[in-house]
Amino acid sequence: MTVTTNLSLTEDRIWQLLEEVSDPEVPVLSILDLGIVRGVRLEGDEVHVTITPTYSGCPAMNTIATDIRLRLLAEGITRLHIHNQLSPAWTTAWMSEAGKQKLEAYGIAPPQDATGHVLNLFGQEPVLRCPHCQSTNTRLVSQFGSTACKAHYQCNDCLEPFDYFKCH
Amino acid sequence: MQETHTIVVPDVSAEVRQQLLAFVLQLADTSLILAHRLSEWCGHGPILEQDLAMANISLDLLGEARSYYQYAAELEGRGRTEDDLAYLRSAVEYRNPLLVEQPNGDFAHTIVRQFLYDAFHYHLLLQLQAGPDQQLAAIAEKSVKEAAYHVKWSAEWIIRLGDGTDESRRRVEAAITALWRYSGELTTPSATEQALQQAGFVPDYAAIQQQIDEHVTRVFAEATLPVPQGVFMQKGGKTGRHSEHLGYLLAELQYLQRTYPGLTW
Repeated sequence: MTVTTNLSLTEDRIWQLLEEVSDPEVPVLSILDLGIVRGVRLEGDEVHVTITPTYSGCPAMNTIATDIRLRLLAEGITRLHIHNQLSPAWTTAWMSEAGKQKLEAYGIAPPQDATGHVLNLFGQEPVLRCPHCQSTNTRLVSQFGSTACKAHYQCNDCLEPFDYFKCH
Repeated sequence: MQETHTIVVPDVSAEVRQQLLAFVLQLADTSLILAHRLSEWCGHGPILEQDLAMANISLDLLGEARSYYQYAAELEGRGRTEDDLAYLRSAVEYRNPLLVEQPNGDFAHTIVRQFLYDAFHYHLLLQLQAGPDQQLAAIAEKSVKEAAYHVKWSAEWIIRLGDGTDESRRRVEAAITALWRYSGELTTPSATEQALQQAGFVPDYAAIQQQIDEHVTRVFAEATLPVPQGVFMQKGGKTGRHSEHLGYLLAELQYLQRTYPGLTW
């Protein structure tokens, strides 16, 4: 077995590789689209990647860490440290514009800026466009959907249910 | 574990560190026990959307519990892991308040237990977020966003049940009668919490109680429910004196690790 040292490795190259790692729950999004990679640092041949969870209990975080490890390993990067950082807390504002467009094309309504205080009760939901028929005549079914990051909506026109990546 | 967690332990005396450990474990146990209770609804919810909601809230609380247990393991510094702390401590070592270990009962009982806890949890996290302990502040900053969704959900259900049908009202009133007595313990400081309040690590519970009162009064008014007055408050969980329910809960929660020590996926 030949041991090669990757002399051409740069932080830019690592960011490029991370772009190829996708969210296991929403595979059209890369982890960069999601905004969960908070930093990349190269120290000699040691690579440090800092990630932040979307939700405290998100079961995808372990899978994402494994996927990062495997993608970088394929480039010969073995000395990898993945750091989990809680603060500042992840927010949907870190999601890229490209990411939001990919989400809608995939059938998930992207996060909208909240219109009122988070504790307002009943009927304070943002107006969402149905990702299937583009109608804005839609309604909230439940604040809690198929994964921790999504709410459950339905279109009143085409009647299709759809997920909303909720504002956080 | 794939990742390393960057945990900053405050520079305090050994005594304060022990008190902080006890407080962090109390927070961890509280989140874990309520997460487990909610998980018992999985597959049994009254309708699919609410079954999912309870599973989602359970998962948020479980994630929060893990963050606290990881911090507690670091504070303890004896090589125990988050899993050891959750799976290998007995009921008398658990420090969760009595409220969260109460059985699910009917949906109204679960909602009342949840709302009483959510109102406390949300206002506590707002304070911890601004507190002097960096790690607790980071966990609180993360979890308060989730807790806001929880308290909105449970408040809306209090209103639907209270201002709903005769049957829903009868049930929610029975649940309030059964559970209100456990709400006082949340903001009654234990000796450990009092010491940490002196040291500035635990917020002023009287101020939090006032915020809870305003929150609960507002929601109960919309639900057309009277706020109970002058109820004798039970306590004990935060000092390890639990109701009989906790032992049964832990028997299920810890069964696998007790039977097959060290088992992993």
